[in-house]
Amino acid sequence: MKLKTAITALAISGALALAGTASAQEKIKIGVSYPTPTHAWAAGMNWHAEKAEERLEALYPDVDLILVNSPDPGAQASALEDLVSVHQIDALVVLPFESEPLTDPVLNVKKSGALITVVDRGLSQPGIEDIYVAGNNPELGRVSAVYMKSRLKDGDNIVVLRGIPTLIDNERFDAFMAEIEGSGINVLDHKHANWNRDDGFEVMQDFLSRFPDIDAVWAQDDDIAIGVVAALKQAGRDGNGMFVVGGAGMKETIKSIMDGDELVPVDVLYPPAMIATAMDVTVAAFKSNGPVAGRYILGATLITPENAASFYFPDSPF
Amino acid sequence: MADIMTNQVTGARTTTMDFKTYGPAVALLLLCVIGFMLNPAFLSEGNITNLLTRSAFIGIIAVGATFVITAGGIDLSVGSMAAVIAGVMIIVMNNSIDTFGTGATTVLIGCGFSILLGLGAGWINGMLTTKGKIEAFIVTLGTMGIFRSLVTYFADGGTLSLNHDVRGTYRPVYYDSILGLPFPVWVFIAVSVAGWILLNRTTFGRYCTAIGSNEAVAKYSAIKVDRIKTWTYVLQGLCVAMATIIYVPRLGSASSSTGVLWELEAIAAVIIGGTVLKGGYGRIGGTIIGALILTTIGNILNFTDVISNYLNGTMQGLIIIVAVLLQRSDWSRRASPKN
Repeated sequence: MKLKTAITALAISGALALAGTASAQEKIKIGVSYPTPTHAWAAGMNWHAEKAEERLEALYPDVDLILVNSPDPGAQASALEDLVSVHQIDALVVLPFESEPLTDPVLNVKKSGALITVVDRGLSQPGIEDIYVAGNNPELGRVSAVYMKSRLKDGDNIVVLRGIPTLIDNERFDAFMAEIEGSGINVLDHKHANWNRDDGFEVMQDFLSRFPDIDAVWAQDDDIAIGVVAALKQAGRDGNGMFVVGGAGMKETIKSIMDGDELVPVDVLYPPAMIATAMDVTVAAFKSNGPVAGRYILGATLITPENAASFYFPDSPF
Repeated sequence: MADIMTNQVTGARTTTMDFKTYGPAVALLLLCVIGFMLNPAFLSEGNITNLLTRSAFIGIIAVGATFVITAGGIDLSVGSMAAVIAGVMIIVMNNSIDTFGTGATTVLIGCGFSILLGLGAGWINGMLTTKGKIEAFIVTLGTMGIFRSLVTYFADGGTLSLNHDVRGTYRPVYYDSILGLPFPVWVFIAVSVAGWILLNRTTFGRYCTAIGSNEAVAKYSAIKVDRIKTWTYVLQGLCVAMATIIYVPRLGSASSSTGVLWELEAIAAVIIGGTVLKGGYGRIGGTIIGALILTTIGNILNFTDVISNYLNGTMQGLIIIVAVLLQRSDWSRRASPKN
C-alpha cells in the first residue's frame, strides 16, 4: 500500500516536472508526415524536407520540426496519433499516402487544435486543412503542350507516353490534349509507361517501329524520358530536330538542360521541394505578421537553359 | 479390324501429344499473325530484334525457374534479386573507377560480382528451403521483400546510375549485334541450349523431375534431395545474374522499380510453356516460347490503339489463360471414341 502511494507520488511529481520543462521551453512543435520514399521523386522530397528542417530550426531556435515517414497509410495514421499524443504538436504538415484513409486521422489532429497543412494530395473532405500546398498537374500538361506548339507546325506528328493510370495522369493528359487541339499537330497514339524507365524504353521502341515519322515525344516524366532517349538513340532517330519533353525536375535532366542538350531541351517542373514550401508557409503561420492560410498552387514552370540553375540541387537524390 | 482400332487410337493419341507439345508454339504463331494483321511493321526486322532482345531477360530467368518448378519448388524473389544485383553491380563499378579506370576491367569486376551475388542469393534461398525446412513460397516471399528493400536502401530511395564513361564501355553488351542478332539474344540462346541439355540429358535433370514427381520416392531412391533442390535455386540465381548483366547496360540504372513483377512473368512463361506448377515435368523449349509469348502480347498491345490502354492487363490475362487452356484441355481426347 505504502509502495503504491510512493509510486503514485513519484509519477505525479515526474509528470509535473515534465510539464514544467515543456512550458519553460515554449517550443513551437510542427509535425511533418509523409510516405517513406520508395521512388526517386519521393526520395527528393525527403531530402528537401530534411534541408528545410535544418534551415528553419537554425533560423528560429524556438521552432521544433519533427519529421516522420511511414511505409503505408495505416502506419501514417498511427504516426499522426503519436505526433499528437507524444509530441503535442502545434501544427501538422502532411502529405497523405492516400486521400480516403487519412482524412479521419488528419481530422482528429485538427480537433486537438493543431494547424493543418496538406501537401500535394488533397483529403477527401473539404475544409479540414488551413493551408494547402500542391503542384499543378493540369498546368504541367498545358505548359508541355504550349512548348510543343512553339516548336512544331501544322501536320507534325507526336507520340505521348503516359504515367500510371491515375487521376494525376488523367489531369496531365487531358490538359495537354485540350491545349494541343486545333493546332494541327497529330497525336499518333498514347500509351502508359508507368513513370518508369524500362517501360518508357519499350513503349518508345514500339512507337518507333510502328510510326516511321515522329517529330517529337511528350514523355510527361523524367524517368520515362530517359527510356525514350535510349530508344531514340538505339534506333538512330535522335537527330533531325527530334526532341523529348519530360516533367518533374530530375537533377540529371536539369543538368543536361543547363549543358544545352538538344534532345531534351526543356523540362516542366513538378517539384519534390514543395514539401519545403509547405514547411516554410506553416512556420510563417507562427512567425509572420501577414495572413498565410489559403491554397498555394505552385507553378509548372518551364525549365530552360536560362533558368535551369535555380532548380538544380546536385546533392538531392532526385 | 483390331488393327484399324489400334491405328485409330494411336492416331488420336498422337494428335493429343502434338497439341500438348506444340500448343504454345501454335499460340505464339497465332499472336504473330494477329500482330502482322494489325500492322505489317510488326514483322519488320527492327521489331523482331526488339522482341527477341526484350524476351531475353524474362527468358533467361524463366530457364532457371523451370528447374526450380520442375523440382517442386518456386522462387518469388527473382525480380527483387535482379534489382538488388543490378544495384550492387552499379555501386561496385562506380567505385572501381578510381583503381581500374573506366575500361573493360571495371565492367568485368561488375559482372563477376553479379555472378557471385546471384549464386549466393540462390544458395541462401535453397538452404533455407531445404535445411531450414521452410516452404519455398515463404522463404522466397521473405527474400523478395528483403532484396527489394535493400535496393531501395542502397539507392537512398532514388535511382542508382552507372558512371557515364563506364556505360560507354558496357553499352555494346546490350546494343551491339553479332551476325545480325543482338548480344542478349545470343546469351538467351546459349542459356536455353545449356538448360535443355541439363534438364533432358543429365542425371541432374532427371533427379529434378523425380523430386518434383514424388520427393519421398526420390529420397528412398538414394537421390540427395536437399542437395539437388538447393542446386536448382543456385542455378536460378545464376540465371538472374546473367539476365542482370545484360539488363544493366540498357539504361545504366537501377531503382526500387527495377524488375517489379519479373517473378510472376517468369513463372507465367514456365507454365505457359507446359511445365507443371506442382513439379515433376519440365520443358525448357516451352519456357522459351512462353517468354516470347509474354513479350509479344505487350508488343502487340503497343502496336494498336483499338483496345483501351486500361484493358492491357485484361488482354494479357486472357491470352495467358487461353494459351494454357489450349495446351492443357483434353477436348481432343474426349472427341476420340472411348474403348
